[in-house]
Amino acid sequence: MHELSITQGIVDICEQHAKGGLVTSVTVEIGALSGVVPEAVEFCFEACTRGTRLEGAQLLIERVPGKGRCPDCGATFALAAYYDPCPGCGAYSIEVLSGEELRVKELEVE
Amino acid sequence: MCTTCGCSPGTHHHHGHDHQDHHHDQGESRPGEGEGAKRIAVETDILAKNDHLAAGNRALFRDKGIFALNLVSSPGSGKTTILERTLTRLEGKFRCAVIEGDQQTDNDARRIAATGVPVRQINTGAGCHLDAHMVLHALGSFQLDAIDILFIENVGNLVCPAAFDLGEDHKVAVLSVTEGEDKPLKYPQMFHAAGLILMNKVDLLPHLDFDMAACQEMARRVNPGIGIIEASARTGQGMDAWYEWLAQGVESRRLASRK
Repeated sequence: MHELSITQGIVDICEQHAKGGLVTSVTVEIGALSGVVPEAVEFCFEACTRGTRLEGAQLLIERVPGKGRCPDCGATFALAAYYDPCPGCGAYSIEVLSGEELRVKELEVE
Repeated sequence: MCTTCGCSPGTHHHHGHDHQDHHHDQGESRPGEGEGAKRIAVETDILAKNDHLAAGNRALFRDKGIFALNLVSSPGSGKTTILERTLTRLEGKFRCAVIEGDQQTDNDARRIAATGVPVRQINTGAGCHLDAHMVLHALGSFQLDAIDILFIENVGNLVCPAAFDLGEDHKVAVLSVTEGEDKPLKYPQMFHAAGLILMNKVDLLPHLDFDMAACQEMARRVNPGIGIIEASARTGQGMDAWYEWLAQGVESRRLASRK
């Protein structure tokens, strides 16, 4: 359940950037390969924001799909897991292009 | 205030930890357009704070000539037994130290202390992993100039510790053959992040249906460059390859640090 730490990290970053304002919504990116479950972050969010400048804020999660490039044949393709082979040639040493994101993108404050 | 990282007393854990002294935002805050703007671009990695502290730990290890390993596995894979045997074997050859991570108890630290090696126990309470901040504070217990190898035994958990860099040179994933051979596919983040798999308890293979070849093939699908050592911490079988791997790591670190 490291999503609790992840969510606490989101709250810490938002409080630093809100500069005393009240946060009404926060947008985060969570990649499909990040090992973080968006639903678990949603579950933790209310508890982690209680008594902070984020209390009552809306959490908007943008899920970033995995994308990989095959070093052998150069194909780029959707990557659902680290162990997915290249659909073109079957190679496994896939370079991850996206899907590992864990990022606070923006806030709305009032 | 702590002089190591600036945190307040009693806030040495990542939950509710609000450092004013070291914010590590990589993004720039900028107000949105127009008067009364409410939108703030953040673009900050959620793990930026941990990653920054981990980078500090890594620089410290390099400076002090310490080869640092983060041992990760499921509970019961034999990490502590591997350490006990390893520390006894390396006595007089390398100067070792151990950080033990568990949710509760200092049982493992007491086992390590019995080998005579300096050890510090971290209890994470409800926490499911060690983070770079906990390790930084634990380092204060040691004479860093007198350490060649630092073993950090993480909380037994194949999920959460994968996300938290501690500043180690390598994650070493311990996988015992009494577990399923498809562990690398079930927990791909961890095996993707690890530099070495130590396959433990191979003395039990004659009694099990464990398919070693299939397990290693799956591990290499997740991480084609991963090293694999088959060993038994109980009998000592295969452990020489592990000691040799450690010796090479220490030598590389010494060359890099010119210790």
